[in-house]
Amino acid sequence: MSNFEHSHSAHCESGVMSSMLRHHGLSLSEPMIFGLSSAMTFAYLPFLKLGGMPLIAYRSMPKSIIKNIRKNLKIKMKLETFRSVEKGEERLDELLAEGKVVGAQTSVYWLEYFPEEMRFHFNAHNLIIYDKKDEDTYLISDPVFEEPQECSAKSLNKSRFVKGVMAPKGLLYYPEYVPTAIDLKPIIIKNIKKTAKKMLNTPVPIEGLRGIKSLAKSIRKLQKGDKRYAKLFLGHIVRMQEEIGTGGAGFRYIYASFLKEASELFNDNETLSEASTLMLEVGDEWRNFALSIAKSIKPKKEIPYDALADQLLGIAELEATVYRKMLEFNGK
Amino acid sequence: MDINSVPQDDSSTYAKNKKAIYAVGEDGKVGVVTSSGWEVEEAATKQALNDLEEHAREAYEVVKSGEKSALYFHMYDVRMDLQVLSESTGFFKWTINKDFHPEKFAKISDKRLSVYSEAMGKTPQELKELPKGLYE
Repeated sequence: MSNFEHSHSAHCESGVMSSMLRHHGLSLSEPMIFGLSSAMTFAYLPFLKLGGMPLIAYRSMPKSIIKNIRKNLKIKMKLETFRSVEKGEERLDELLAEGKVVGAQTSVYWLEYFPEEMRFHFNAHNLIIYDKKDEDTYLISDPVFEEPQECSAKSLNKSRFVKGVMAPKGLLYYPEYVPTAIDLKPIIIKNIKKTAKKMLNTPVPIEGLRGIKSLAKSIRKLQKGDKRYAKLFLGHIVRMQEEIGTGGAGFRYIYASFLKEASELFNDNETLSEASTLMLEVGDEWRNFALSIAKSIKPKKEIPYDALADQLLGIAELEATVYRKMLEFNGK
Repeated sequence: MDINSVPQDDSSTYAKNKKAIYAVGEDGKVGVVTSSGWEVEEAATKQALNDLEEHAREAYEVVKSGEKSALYFHMYDVRMDLQVLSESTGFFKWTINKDFHPEKFAKISDKRLSVYSEAMGKTPQELKELPKGLYE
Protein backbone atom coordinates (compact mmCIF):
# COMPACT_ATOMS: atom_id res chain seq x y z
CA MET A 1 0.00 0.00 0.00
CA SER A 2 1.27 3.43 -0.88
CA ASN A 3 1.81 5.89 1.97
CA PHE A 4 0.70 8.79 -0.19
CA GLU A 5 -1.17 11.57 1.57
CA HIS A 6 -4.03 13.28 -0.22
CA SER A 7 -4.69 16.98 0.24
CA HIS A 8 -7.52 19.23 -0.84
CA SER A 9 -6.42 22.17 -3.00
CA ALA A 10 -7.93 25.17 -4.69
CA HIS A 11 -6.43 24.40 -8.09
CA CYS A 12 -5.63 21.08 -9.74
CA GLU A 13 -2.17 21.65 -11.19
CA SER A 14 -0.64 23.50 -8.22
CA GLY A 15 -2.34 21.00 -5.91
CA VAL A 16 -0.86 18.02 -7.75
CA MET A 17 2.63 19.52 -7.68
CA SER A 18 2.43 20.40 -4.00
CA SER A 19 1.28 16.88 -2.98
CA MET A 20 3.70 15.16 -5.29
CA LEU A 21 6.75 17.08 -4.06
CA ARG A 22 5.71 16.64 -0.44
CA HIS A 23 5.58 12.90 -1.09
CA HIS A 24 9.19 13.19 -2.22
CA GLY A 25 10.30 15.06 0.86
CA LEU A 26 9.99 18.66 -0.34
CA SER A 27 7.22 20.36 1.54
CA LEU A 28 5.91 23.40 -0.32
CA SER A 29 2.38 24.74 0.08
CA GLU A 30 0.05 25.03 -2.88
CA PRO A 31 0.34 28.87 -2.89
CA MET A 32 4.15 28.60 -2.79
CA ILE A 33 4.04 26.32 -5.86
CA PHE A 34 1.68 28.76 -7.54
CA GLY A 35 3.88 31.76 -6.78
CA LEU A 36 7.18 30.08 -7.66
CA SER A 37 5.88 29.09 -11.06
CA SER A 38 4.56 32.60 -11.88
CA ALA A 39 1.25 30.96 -12.60
CA MET A 40 -0.95 33.95 -12.04
CA THR A 41 -2.04 35.84 -15.09
CA PHE A 42 -5.02 37.01 -17.04
CA ALA A 43 -5.66 36.07 -20.64
CA TYR A 44 -8.60 36.80 -22.87
CA LEU A 45 -8.43 35.01 -26.22
CA PRO A 46 -11.57 35.89 -28.18
CA PHE A 47 -10.40 33.80 -31.16
CA LEU A 48 -9.87 30.59 -29.19
CA LYS A 49 -13.24 29.05 -28.46
CA LEU A 50 -14.12 26.54 -25.77
CA GLY A 51 -17.65 25.20 -26.09
CA GLY A 52 -18.49 28.12 -28.38
CA MET A 53 -17.17 30.70 -25.91
CA PRO A 54 -13.87 32.59 -25.91
CA LEU A 55 -11.12 31.40 -23.62
CA ILE A 56 -10.73 33.51 -20.49
CA ALA A 57 -7.94 32.34 -18.23
CA TYR A 58 -6.84 33.59 -14.84
CA ARG A 59 -3.73 31.41 -14.72
CA SER A 60 -0.97 30.46 -17.09
CA MET A 61 -1.24 27.76 -19.76
CA PRO A 62 -1.85 24.17 -18.66
CA LYS A 63 1.39 22.33 -17.83
CA SER A 64 3.22 25.61 -17.21
CA ILE A 65 3.16 25.10 -13.43
CA ILE A 66 4.73 21.65 -13.84
CA LYS A 67 7.33 22.96 -16.27
CA ASN A 68 8.18 26.16 -14.37
CA ILE A 69 8.51 24.34 -11.06
CA ARG A 70 10.77 21.81 -12.72
CA LYS A 71 12.94 24.59 -14.09
CA ASN A 72 12.91 27.00 -11.14
CA LEU A 73 13.49 24.40 -8.42
CA LYS A 74 15.86 22.27 -10.53
CA ILE A 75 13.75 19.18 -10.10
CA LYS A 76 14.20 16.30 -12.53
CA MET A 77 10.76 15.62 -13.81
CA LYS A 78 9.77 13.13 -16.44
CA LEU A 79 6.82 13.86 -18.74
CA GLU A 80 5.58 11.09 -21.02
CA THR A 81 2.86 11.06 -23.65
CA PHE A 82 1.63 8.05 -25.60
CA ARG A 83 0.40 7.12 -29.03
CA SER A 84 -2.05 4.47 -27.92
CA VAL A 85 -4.36 3.81 -24.98
CA GLU A 86 -2.80 0.36 -24.47
CA LYS A 87 0.74 1.75 -24.20
CA GLY A 88 -0.43 4.53 -21.88
CA GLU A 89 -2.21 2.14 -19.56
CA GLU A 90 0.68 -0.32 -19.53
CA ARG A 91 3.17 2.40 -18.63
CA LEU A 92 0.96 3.71 -15.83
CA ASP A 93 0.66 0.22 -14.33
CA GLU A 94 4.39 -0.26 -14.62
CA LEU A 95 5.11 3.00 -12.78
CA LEU A 96 2.60 2.20 -10.05
CA ALA A 97 4.15 -1.27 -9.66
CA GLU A 98 7.48 0.50 -9.04
CA GLY A 99 5.78 2.30 -6.18
CA LYS A 100 5.67 5.71 -7.89
CA VAL A 101 2.89 8.22 -7.54
CA VAL A 102 2.08 9.56 -10.98
CA GLY A 103 0.58 12.83 -12.16
CA ALA A 104 -1.76 12.77 -15.15
CA GLN A 105 -3.58 15.22 -17.38
CA THR A 106 -7.19 14.26 -18.08
CA SER A 107 -10.53 15.41 -19.35
CA VAL A 108 -13.08 16.32 -16.70
CA TYR A 109 -16.08 15.03 -18.61
CA TRP A 110 -15.08 11.37 -18.72
CA LEU A 111 -14.01 10.98 -15.09
CA GLU A 112 -16.79 8.92 -13.58
CA TYR A 113 -16.33 10.18 -10.03
CA PHE A 114 -17.14 13.73 -11.09
CA PRO A 115 -20.80 14.47 -10.41
CA GLU A 116 -23.01 15.20 -13.45
CA GLU A 117 -23.22 18.85 -12.47
CA MET A 118 -19.48 19.38 -12.91
CA ARG A 119 -18.92 17.38 -16.05
CA PHE A 120 -17.92 19.65 -18.92
CA HIS A 121 -15.56 19.06 -21.83
CA PHE A 122 -12.39 20.49 -20.39
CA ASN A 123 -9.22 18.54 -21.16
CA ALA A 124 -6.58 20.10 -18.94
CA HIS A 125 -7.47 18.69 -15.56
CA ASN A 126 -4.70 17.27 -13.35
CA LEU A 127 -4.73 14.49 -10.77
CA ILE A 128 -2.44 11.97 -9.11
CA ILE A 129 -2.79 8.22 -9.44
CA TYR A 130 -1.18 6.75 -6.34
CA ASP A 131 -2.11 3.07 -6.38
CA LYS A 132 -4.42 0.38 -7.70
CA LYS A 133 -7.15 -1.13 -5.60
CA ASP A 134 -7.60 -4.08 -7.92
CA GLU A 135 -6.93 -4.96 -11.55
CA ASP A 136 -9.59 -2.57 -12.78
CA THR A 137 -9.64 0.24 -10.21
CA TYR A 138 -7.21 3.09 -9.72
CA LEU A 139 -6.86 5.10 -6.54
CA ILE A 140 -6.89 8.78 -7.37
CA SER A 141 -5.86 11.85 -5.45
CA ASP A 142 -7.82 14.57 -7.23
CA PRO A 143 -6.77 17.86 -5.63
CA VAL A 144 -10.13 19.56 -6.07
CA PHE A 145 -11.91 16.83 -4.10
CA GLU A 146 -11.86 16.69 -0.34
CA GLU A 147 -11.27 12.92 -0.21
CA PRO A 148 -9.36 10.46 -2.43
CA GLN A 149 -11.41 8.92 -5.25
CA GLU A 150 -11.59 5.64 -7.12
CA CYS A 151 -11.79 5.36 -10.87
CA SER A 152 -12.21 2.43 -13.26
CA ALA A 153 -9.52 1.78 -15.84
CA LYS A 154 -12.04 2.37 -18.61
CA SER A 155 -13.02 5.82 -17.37
CA LEU A 156 -9.44 6.88 -16.65
CA ASN A 157 -8.22 5.68 -20.05
CA LYS A 158 -10.96 7.58 -21.79
CA SER A 159 -10.14 10.75 -19.83
CA ARG A 160 -6.43 10.48 -20.59
CA PHE A 161 -6.87 9.89 -24.29
CA VAL A 162 -9.66 12.27 -25.20
CA LYS A 163 -8.94 14.20 -28.40
CA GLY A 164 -9.41 17.88 -29.17
CA VAL A 165 -8.28 21.20 -27.68
CA MET A 166 -5.50 20.63 -25.13
CA ALA A 167 -5.70 16.88 -25.69
CA PRO A 168 -3.72 15.19 -22.89
CA LYS A 169 -2.28 12.42 -25.13
CA GLY A 170 -2.14 10.25 -22.03
CA LEU A 171 0.32 12.61 -20.33
CA LEU A 172 1.94 11.13 -17.21
CA TYR A 173 4.53 12.93 -15.10
CA TYR A 174 6.61 12.10 -12.06
CA PRO A 175 9.79 13.41 -10.45
CA GLU A 176 13.03 11.51 -10.78
CA TYR A 177 15.05 13.73 -8.50
CA VAL A 178 13.79 16.21 -5.92
CA PRO A 179 16.21 18.33 -3.89
CA THR A 180 15.11 18.50 -0.28
CA ALA A 181 16.82 21.73 0.70
CA ILE A 182 16.25 24.72 -1.52
CA ASP A 183 17.00 28.37 -0.93
CA LEU A 184 13.63 29.75 -1.93
CA LYS A 185 14.48 33.42 -1.49
CA PRO A 186 16.14 34.14 -4.85
CA ILE A 187 13.40 32.19 -6.64
CA ILE A 188 10.72 34.15 -4.83
CA ILE A 189 12.32 37.51 -5.68
CA LYS A 190 12.65 36.57 -9.32
CA ASN A 191 9.10 35.29 -9.74
CA ILE A 192 7.42 38.16 -7.92
CA LYS A 193 9.14 40.55 -10.33
CA LYS A 194 8.28 38.36 -13.28
CA THR A 195 4.58 38.16 -12.42
CA ALA A 196 4.28 41.89 -11.77
CA LYS A 197 6.04 42.83 -14.99
CA LYS A 198 4.05 40.32 -17.01
CA MET A 199 0.77 41.75 -15.77
CA LEU A 200 1.76 45.43 -16.10
CA ASN A 201 3.63 45.41 -19.40
CA THR A 202 2.06 43.03 -21.85
CA PRO A 203 2.96 43.68 -25.45
CA VAL A 204 -0.38 42.31 -26.73
CA PRO A 205 -3.89 43.34 -25.63
CA ILE A 206 -4.92 39.78 -24.75
CA GLU A 207 -2.84 39.23 -21.64
CA GLY A 208 -2.33 40.89 -18.29
CA LEU A 209 -4.12 44.13 -17.46
CA ARG A 210 -4.55 44.90 -21.15
CA GLY A 211 -6.43 41.61 -21.44
CA ILE A 212 -8.81 42.67 -18.67
CA LYS A 213 -9.38 45.98 -20.50
CA SER A 214 -10.10 44.12 -23.74
CA LEU A 215 -12.67 41.99 -21.98
CA ALA A 216 -14.32 45.17 -20.66
CA LYS A 217 -14.49 46.44 -24.23
CA SER A 218 -16.09 43.20 -25.39
CA ILE A 219 -18.75 43.53 -22.70
CA ARG A 220 -19.62 47.02 -23.98
CA LYS A 221 -19.90 45.63 -27.50
CA LEU A 222 -22.40 42.98 -26.35
CA GLN A 223 -25.20 45.52 -26.19
CA LYS A 224 -25.26 45.66 -29.98
CA GLY A 225 -25.87 41.94 -30.32
CA ASP A 226 -28.20 39.15 -29.27
CA LYS A 227 -29.26 39.33 -25.63
CA ARG A 228 -29.37 35.57 -25.11
CA TYR A 229 -25.77 35.33 -26.27
CA ALA A 230 -24.84 38.28 -24.06
CA LYS A 231 -26.20 36.50 -20.99
CA LEU A 232 -24.43 33.27 -21.89
CA PHE A 233 -21.20 35.19 -22.47
CA LEU A 234 -21.44 36.91 -19.09
CA GLY A 235 -22.30 33.63 -17.37
CA HIS A 236 -19.31 32.11 -19.09
CA ILE A 237 -17.04 34.77 -17.55
CA VAL A 238 -18.28 33.79 -14.10
CA ARG A 239 -17.86 30.10 -14.80
CA MET A 240 -14.32 30.55 -16.04
CA GLN A 241 -13.75 32.60 -12.92
CA GLU A 242 -15.37 30.55 -10.23
CA GLU A 243 -16.05 26.99 -11.21
CA ILE A 244 -14.40 24.13 -9.40
CA GLY A 245 -10.91 23.56 -10.69
CA THR A 246 -10.63 26.94 -12.35
CA GLY A 247 -11.40 29.81 -10.02
CA GLY A 248 -10.35 33.32 -11.12
CA ALA A 249 -10.88 35.14 -7.85
CA GLY A 250 -9.60 31.93 -6.32
CA PHE A 251 -6.26 32.44 -8.02
CA ARG A 252 -5.99 35.95 -6.61
CA TYR A 253 -6.57 34.51 -3.12
CA ILE A 254 -3.96 31.79 -3.71
CA TYR A 255 -1.50 34.44 -4.79
CA ALA A 256 -2.33 36.56 -1.74
CA SER A 257 -1.50 33.54 0.39
CA PHE A 258 1.79 33.15 -1.47
CA LEU A 259 2.68 36.82 -0.85
CA LYS A 260 1.90 36.41 2.84
CA GLU A 261 4.06 33.30 3.10
CA ALA A 262 6.84 35.05 1.20
CA SER A 263 6.59 38.06 3.53
CA GLU A 264 7.17 35.74 6.51
CA LEU A 265 10.22 34.18 4.86
CA PHE A 266 11.70 37.65 4.47
CA ASN A 267 11.36 38.49 8.18
CA ASP A 268 7.81 39.77 7.92
CA ASN A 269 8.57 42.04 5.02
CA GLU A 270 6.14 44.96 5.05
CA THR A 271 5.91 45.50 1.30
CA LEU A 272 4.96 41.90 0.62
CA SER A 273 2.50 41.86 3.48
CA GLU A 274 0.81 44.98 2.08
CA ALA A 275 0.79 43.45 -1.38
CA SER A 276 -0.90 40.37 0.07
CA THR A 277 -3.64 42.47 1.67
CA LEU A 278 -4.18 44.35 -1.59
CA MET A 279 -4.34 41.10 -3.53
CA LEU A 280 -7.05 39.82 -1.18
CA GLU A 281 -9.02 42.97 -2.03
CA VAL A 282 -8.52 42.22 -5.72
CA GLY A 283 -9.98 38.75 -5.13
CA ASP A 284 -12.95 40.31 -3.37
CA GLU A 285 -13.49 42.70 -6.27
CA TRP A 286 -13.52 39.82 -8.74
CA ARG A 287 -16.14 38.15 -6.59
CA ASN A 288 -18.19 41.34 -6.51
CA PHE A 289 -17.96 41.47 -10.27
CA ALA A 290 -19.25 37.88 -10.46
CA LEU A 291 -22.08 38.89 -8.16
CA SER A 292 -23.04 41.82 -10.42
CA ILE A 293 -23.10 39.47 -13.40
CA ALA A 294 -25.18 36.89 -11.56
CA LYS A 295 -27.76 39.59 -10.87
CA SER A 296 -27.88 40.77 -14.47
CA ILE A 297 -28.20 37.40 -16.19
CA LYS A 298 -31.40 36.47 -14.40
CA PRO A 299 -34.40 36.14 -16.70
CA LYS A 300 -36.16 39.40 -17.60
CA LYS A 301 -33.32 41.50 -16.19
CA GLU A 302 -31.70 44.27 -18.17
CA ILE A 303 -27.94 43.99 -18.49
CA PRO A 304 -26.02 47.07 -17.26
CA TYR A 305 -23.29 46.62 -19.89
CA ASP A 306 -21.41 49.83 -19.20
CA ALA A 307 -21.54 49.41 -15.44
CA LEU A 308 -20.12 45.88 -15.74
CA ALA A 309 -17.37 47.06 -18.08
CA ASP A 310 -16.52 49.92 -15.69
CA GLN A 311 -16.40 47.52 -12.77
CA LEU A 312 -13.89 45.43 -14.70
CA LEU A 313 -11.75 48.49 -15.44
CA GLY A 314 -11.81 49.21 -11.71
CA ILE A 315 -10.40 45.75 -11.07
CA ALA A 316 -7.63 46.36 -13.60
CA GLU A 317 -6.76 49.59 -11.75
CA LEU A 318 -6.64 47.83 -8.39
CA GLU A 319 -4.57 44.99 -9.78
CA ALA A 320 -2.10 47.56 -11.15
CA THR A 321 -1.53 48.94 -7.64
CA VAL A 322 -0.68 45.42 -6.36
CA TYR A 323 1.82 44.79 -9.13
CA ARG A 324 3.45 48.16 -8.59
CA LYS A 325 3.67 47.36 -4.88
CA MET A 326 5.26 44.01 -5.74
CA LEU A 327 7.88 45.79 -7.84
CA GLU A 328 8.86 47.88 -4.79
CA PHE A 329 10.02 44.67 -3.11
CA ASN A 330 13.80 44.60 -3.27
CA GLY A 331 14.43 41.27 -1.57
CA LYS A 332 15.48 42.69 1.80
CA MET B 1 -12.06 37.56 2.14
CA ASP B 2 -11.86 36.34 5.71
CA ILE B 3 -12.78 32.80 6.72
CA ASN B 4 -16.12 33.87 8.14
CA SER B 5 -17.28 35.37 4.86
CA VAL B 6 -16.47 32.27 2.78
CA PRO B 7 -19.89 31.38 1.38
CA GLN B 8 -21.49 28.14 2.55
CA ASP B 9 -24.54 28.06 0.29
CA ASP B 10 -24.89 24.27 -0.12
CA SER B 11 -24.99 24.63 -3.90
CA SER B 12 -26.70 21.80 -5.74
CA THR B 13 -24.06 22.12 -8.47
CA TYR B 14 -21.40 20.98 -5.97
CA ALA B 15 -23.36 17.73 -5.52
CA LYS B 16 -22.40 17.57 -1.84
CA ASN B 17 -18.74 18.20 -2.60
CA LYS B 18 -16.68 20.98 -1.12
CA LYS B 19 -14.28 23.35 -2.70
CA ALA B 20 -11.05 24.65 -1.18
CA ILE B 21 -10.69 28.42 -1.05
CA TYR B 22 -7.94 30.56 0.45
CA ALA B 23 -9.11 33.12 2.98
CA VAL B 24 -7.68 35.14 5.87
CA GLY B 25 -7.87 33.51 9.26
CA GLU B 26 -7.98 35.24 12.66
CA ASP B 27 -4.19 34.90 12.92
CA GLY B 28 -3.81 37.00 9.74
CA LYS B 29 -2.56 34.05 7.72
CA VAL B 30 -4.13 33.09 4.42
CA GLY B 31 -5.05 29.41 4.41
CA VAL B 32 -7.48 26.87 3.01
CA VAL B 33 -11.14 26.83 4.05
CA THR B 34 -13.75 24.55 2.50
CA SER B 35 -16.89 25.98 0.97
CA SER B 36 -20.12 24.09 0.35
CA GLY B 37 -21.07 26.41 -2.48
CA TRP B 38 -21.75 29.95 -3.57
CA GLU B 39 -25.06 30.95 -5.11
CA VAL B 40 -23.39 33.20 -7.66
CA GLU B 41 -21.33 30.34 -9.03
CA GLU B 42 -24.32 28.03 -8.82
CA ALA B 43 -26.37 30.41 -10.97
CA ALA B 44 -23.69 30.51 -13.66
CA THR B 45 -23.19 26.74 -13.66
CA LYS B 46 -26.94 26.16 -13.81
CA GLN B 47 -27.24 28.56 -16.71
CA ALA B 48 -24.68 26.49 -18.62
CA LEU B 49 -26.30 23.20 -17.63
CA ASN B 50 -29.73 24.48 -18.67
CA ASP B 51 -28.32 25.60 -21.98
CA LEU B 52 -26.90 22.10 -22.61
CA GLU B 53 -30.16 20.50 -21.53
CA GLU B 54 -32.13 22.80 -23.82
CA HIS B 55 -29.94 21.89 -26.80
CA ALA B 56 -30.41 18.16 -26.10
CA ARG B 57 -34.16 18.57 -25.74
CA GLU B 58 -34.48 20.54 -28.98
CA ALA B 59 -32.30 17.98 -30.76
CA TYR B 60 -34.45 15.17 -29.42
CA GLU B 61 -37.55 16.70 -31.00
CA VAL B 62 -35.81 17.39 -34.30
CA VAL B 63 -34.59 13.77 -34.50
CA LYS B 64 -37.97 12.43 -33.47
CA SER B 65 -39.62 14.35 -36.30
CA GLY B 66 -37.28 12.58 -38.72
CA GLU B 67 -35.52 15.75 -39.76
CA LYS B 68 -32.11 14.68 -38.48
CA SER B 69 -30.28 11.46 -37.60
CA ALA B 70 -29.96 10.16 -34.03
CA LEU B 71 -26.31 11.22 -34.06
CA TYR B 72 -27.47 14.83 -33.78
CA PHE B 73 -29.21 14.13 -30.48
CA HIS B 74 -26.36 12.03 -29.07
CA MET B 75 -23.89 14.83 -29.75
CA TYR B 76 -25.80 17.15 -27.41
CA ASP B 77 -26.55 14.32 -25.01
CA VAL B 78 -22.80 13.97 -24.28
CA ARG B 79 -22.61 17.77 -23.85
CA MET B 80 -20.79 18.35 -27.11
CA ASP B 81 -21.48 20.65 -30.03
CA LEU B 82 -20.30 20.49 -33.64
CA GLN B 83 -16.97 22.06 -32.72
CA VAL B 84 -16.20 19.64 -29.87
CA LEU B 85 -17.43 16.62 -31.82
CA SER B 86 -15.25 17.62 -34.75
CA GLU B 87 -12.21 17.97 -32.48
CA SER B 88 -12.92 14.70 -30.65
CA THR B 89 -13.32 12.66 -33.82
CA GLY B 90 -10.93 14.45 -36.15
CA PHE B 91 -13.77 14.68 -38.71
CA PHE B 92 -14.39 17.92 -40.59
CA LYS B 93 -17.54 19.71 -39.53
CA TRP B 94 -19.09 19.53 -42.98
CA THR B 95 -18.71 15.75 -43.06
CA ILE B 96 -20.36 15.48 -39.64
CA ASN B 97 -23.19 17.66 -40.93
CA LYS B 98 -23.73 15.10 -43.66
CA ASP B 99 -24.06 12.39 -41.02
CA PHE B 100 -26.91 14.38 -39.51
CA HIS B 101 -28.98 13.43 -42.57
CA PRO B 102 -31.06 10.39 -41.62
CA GLU B 103 -30.63 8.64 -45.02
CA LYS B 104 -26.88 9.27 -45.12
CA PHE B 105 -26.42 8.18 -41.53
CA ALA B 106 -28.30 4.92 -42.17
CA LYS B 107 -25.58 4.00 -44.66
CA ILE B 108 -22.61 5.04 -42.50
CA SER B 109 -19.58 2.74 -42.61
CA ASP B 110 -18.79 0.66 -39.52
CA LYS B 111 -15.37 2.25 -39.36
CA ARG B 112 -16.70 5.79 -39.26
CA LEU B 113 -19.39 4.83 -36.78
CA SER B 114 -16.78 3.30 -34.49
CA VAL B 115 -14.89 6.61 -34.41
CA TYR B 116 -18.06 8.35 -33.22
CA SER B 117 -18.64 5.53 -30.77
CA GLU B 118 -15.15 5.93 -29.32
CA ALA B 119 -15.35 9.72 -29.07
CA MET B 120 -18.83 9.82 -27.58
CA GLY B 121 -18.59 6.82 -25.27
CA LYS B 122 -21.70 5.17 -26.69
CA THR B 123 -22.03 1.87 -28.54
CA PRO B 124 -22.60 1.97 -32.33
CA GLN B 125 -26.06 0.54 -31.72
CA GLU B 126 -26.91 3.27 -29.19
CA LEU B 127 -25.78 5.95 -31.63
CA LYS B 128 -28.18 4.71 -34.28
CA GLU B 129 -31.23 4.94 -32.08
CA LEU B 130 -33.09 7.65 -30.25
CA PRO B 131 -33.66 6.61 -26.62
CA LYS B 132 -37.36 6.05 -26.04
CA GLY B 133 -39.51 8.17 -23.81
CA LEU B 134 -37.03 10.92 -22.98
CA TYR B 135 -38.47 14.38 -22.19
CA GLU B 136 -42.04 13.07 -22.08
